[in-house]
Amino acid sequence: MQDFSYVSAQTVSEAVSLLDENGEKARILAGGTDLIVQVREARRDVGLMIDVKSIPEVNVLDYDDDAGLTLGAAVECYKIYAVDAICNAYPGLIDATKIIGGTAIQGRAGVGGNLCNASPAADCIPPLIVLGATCVIAGPNGERELPVEHFCTGPGQTALEKGEMLVSLKIPAPASNSSSFYLRFIPRNEMDIAVVGAGASVTLDAAKQTIVSARIALAAVAPTPLFAEEASELLAGREVSDAAIDEAAQAAQAIARPISDMRGTAEQRTHLVGVLTRRALNGAIQRI
Amino acid sequence: MAEKKEYKVIGTRPIRHDGVDKVTGRALYGADFQMTGLLHGRVLRSPHAHARIVSIDTSRAEAYPGVKGVVTAQDLPEAEDRVADLGEGAVNLKYLCDNILASDKVLYTGHAVAAVAATSPHIAEEACKLIDVEYEVLPPVMEVRQAMEADAPLLHENLKTTSMGETAEEPSNVASHIQHKLGDPDKGFAEADIVVERDFVTGTVHQGYIEPHNATAHFNQDGQLTIWCSTQGAFTVREQVAEILQYPISKIKVVPMEIGGGFGGKISVYIKPVAAMLAKKTGKPVKVLMSRSDVFEGTGPTPASYIRVKMGATKEGKITAAEAYLAFEAGAYPGSPVGPGAMCIFAPYSIENLVIDGYDVVVNKPKTAPYRAPGAPNAAFGSETVLDEIAEELGIDPLEIRLLNGAKEGDRRADGPVHPRIGFIETVETAKAHPHYTAPNGKKHHGRGVASGYWFNIGLESSVTINVNADGTINLVEGSTDIGGTRSSIAMQAAEVLGIPAESVNPSVVDTNSVGYTAVTGGSRTTYATGYAAYEAAQDVKRKMITRAAKLWEVDEDNVQFADGEFSCINGKEEQISFRDLCGRLGQTGGPVVGSGTVNPGGAGGAYATHIVDVVVDEETGKVDILRYTAVQDAGKAIHPSYVEGQIQGGAVQGIGWALNEEYIYNDEGTMTNASFLDYRMPTCLDLPMIDAVIVEVPNPGHPYGVRGVGEVPIVPPMAAIANAIYDAIGIRMTELPMSPDRLLKAMGKI
Repeated sequence: MQDFSYVSAQTVSEAVSLLDENGEKARILAGGTDLIVQVREARRDVGLMIDVKSIPEVNVLDYDDDAGLTLGAAVECYKIYAVDAICNAYPGLIDATKIIGGTAIQGRAGVGGNLCNASPAADCIPPLIVLGATCVIAGPNGERELPVEHFCTGPGQTALEKGEMLVSLKIPAPASNSSSFYLRFIPRNEMDIAVVGAGASVTLDAAKQTIVSARIALAAVAPTPLFAEEASELLAGREVSDAAIDEAAQAAQAIARPISDMRGTAEQRTHLVGVLTRRALNGAIQRI
Repeated sequence: MAEKKEYKVIGTRPIRHDGVDKVTGRALYGADFQMTGLLHGRVLRSPHAHARIVSIDTSRAEAYPGVKGVVTAQDLPEAEDRVADLGEGAVNLKYLCDNILASDKVLYTGHAVAAVAATSPHIAEEACKLIDVEYEVLPPVMEVRQAMEADAPLLHENLKTTSMGETAEEPSNVASHIQHKLGDPDKGFAEADIVVERDFVTGTVHQGYIEPHNATAHFNQDGQLTIWCSTQGAFTVREQVAEILQYPISKIKVVPMEIGGGFGGKISVYIKPVAAMLAKKTGKPVKVLMSRSDVFEGTGPTPASYIRVKMGATKEGKITAAEAYLAFEAGAYPGSPVGPGAMCIFAPYSIENLVIDGYDVVVNKPKTAPYRAPGAPNAAFGSETVLDEIAEELGIDPLEIRLLNGAKEGDRRADGPVHPRIGFIETVETAKAHPHYTAPNGKKHHGRGVASGYWFNIGLESSVTINVNADGTINLVEGSTDIGGTRSSIAMQAAEVLGIPAESVNPSVVDTNSVGYTAVTGGSRTTYATGYAAYEAAQDVKRKMITRAAKLWEVDEDNVQFADGEFSCINGKEEQISFRDLCGRLGQTGGPVVGSGTVNPGGAGGAYATHIVDVVVDEETGKVDILRYTAVQDAGKAIHPSYVEGQIQGGAVQGIGWALNEEYIYNDEGTMTNASFLDYRMPTCLDLPMIDAVIVEVPNPGHPYGVRGVGEVPIVPPMAAIANAIYDAIGIRMTELPMSPDRLLKAMGKI
């Protein structure tokens, strides 16, 4: 392991200028549950760690029934699932925060870090996509916003430009008669990274018979988490039925481009996309 | 059954002697070891599965600030000349040395090539990157059947198959062929009403001990070498290091630190000689720690195997003949446990006609090491699955067919020995009567399976010294590293002899200079053999204490009796003194009392186990969950039942891992892609029900208290039991391990 420097940034602008000055060698340190392991295992060469945990903007956790959720990029998982209103509004996100690592990891790791690590298998990203989250990004040229499904560009790669950092995530307030669900397939019951992950959000009509809208997102079946746009759209206006859900599951399978690796084979993953998409949709509907 | 003996200490459950230190974090492990001037060593490992080393240039690493020394195979004494001295059957020293640091070829990804000692572990790690190794990459041979093909690339140009005393003319990857035969198999199969023959494949699995290997070595100015390390046997470390470094054993002291698991994997040495070489080169103490990936890639797992089993039976269920073909991957150098696999495969049964062929085959994977009943689990996966199929075809209850064919005292094992009193039938009867076996099991995708297993257990040398203290306690000095509670199970046997509580014994595991020769903690031998030595040492103490009492009372020794911790005079005088009080009077009766016991017992008793498992299969994902698990085992006599139960549970759990998810996954270049606990999937507590351990006690006639070994046999039945349960759940026979979700999906035709 090479020596590296550490700075505890106090403001967004300080962090942004440090990032801008140091380029590729600088990395944001939030929970560190990915970064520190990567450095120790020589999988990432880091010259400067910029600790952002003292910056107020990245620690915001603010939920309002009308405005929705503002989630600072460094807020740890355990703080999120401790708030009942957030659990009620975004159960799919809570599903993910409760299966990232064990209790100790959830005390350090956060949703923002999970997003910035940009693993194709990240558990938090499909729920963020199906909940319509927006990334608030600060950079040398000020602030910009980006829908979360455009944030990841490849394994470990993001849309962040030189000098940019994720400040927070904004998730709109849930519509009435809606809910969300996330699940992953792992061979054990814990300790594993998703072989496939699937998230779904569903909004039903007042009679809870017809799907008004739905969003489906997948993990670990492509270089980035995927928003299954066609599969989502074909559910709009459909009666809640096994047939509709099967069709959506097949459409989700059609966009999967999985690889075979030590966590699973491509055929297994494609098959599981169908199984998990059905389970995620049914799970979300049952929660409404 | 023999009359049940009454014991005061044996069979109770005292708090283990090393327990408080371990649960409070005070116990000292090898990685905790500190010393002034300590350097840190790091090993450079091969990125290729099979390659010739063209050159190694260490100059850039040596010049790196903080680096104090670099070693390669060039720093080892020349190995070739010493092979002959060791004799046939002994360890081939060239292979042993080449596995420590590769000389001409690397034979697996992770093979050690060079090592650096530096002032910090980070510097040592960085310096390893500066060692320039030029390789000529060769095609890897990654699977046993592929390795046995005539045109397979050769790992060793001079390796020629030995078979029944003959050596082949041409080199191959098959190191040896063994065969055991009883009766007339052809005649037996002809008599059968049903014959089932199946092929099986098992994956490479690791012991997965929680503590990585570690070693700190230091040379004193007078050439005395001390090694502090994690090992299953300090004396075997001394022997191996002496052979590899060509250094006298009298100049080597090995200090065993606490050990965080071994399961057979901490008998072979890897970094211990390397630490010693670095210590010699730098003149400083050097500590070498492995990372988890070093452990997976650079130490011995247990072999993958290809197995074919054929069994025939009459329609009444009597087995008439059995045949097995076992091809085991030895890894980079010969020495797979195919021998024990062949010894154990049909050992639960009395079969008149059988033939077993075993092949030891080298492949480009780490040299295999023992793992809990080495060889037997692979073999039993085949035989116990085939027997289940026969029982099902014949409509006979699977436990009933085991009772019908079960081996008993006087039956002959395939490899020759005749069974003494054994407890196989008792394990099956106990399983059959267990509420688990009679509980309803009819839900969709739920299944129940059973399987049995055998392990022969071993004796070997052990030494124990007992020093008697003035306050009535004893210090018990032993050389068996304590992996599973053996300090207590050994101490309890001495306590029983002396009529004192277990708490009055202070057991210590000491270094190789401080106790007589003691073989490894392995082969389920420690409570048996070192316990036997403790029994003998306590008898020695008892005899000496009787002499002291006789002296005290001025009577003949014959007039002193010892019972229940009290010495009494049986003739003439009305004298009585407790063990404790007599301890306080040793000074005036002749000085300290020291007892010793040394053994090499030949009466190790074979152990049997019968397991019952319930599973549920998720038909959409292929995932198998274990719902209920009952493991019945003959312990002979359970000295400390809690630790017997612990061994049974641990063995069953490791078997569950082996059955469901554990395997080395390799890419096309022969590199392991899952060398971490994240992706090498051992079961966690969330994957397991409480394992119900049921102890059966059929005393071993070869031990004063009837002890059999308990640590190994519980890993033998789980794979077949789970395969049989999966069949019961979904009607598909799984013949490849692990039975992971993707394999189940394939078998079910879902992908």
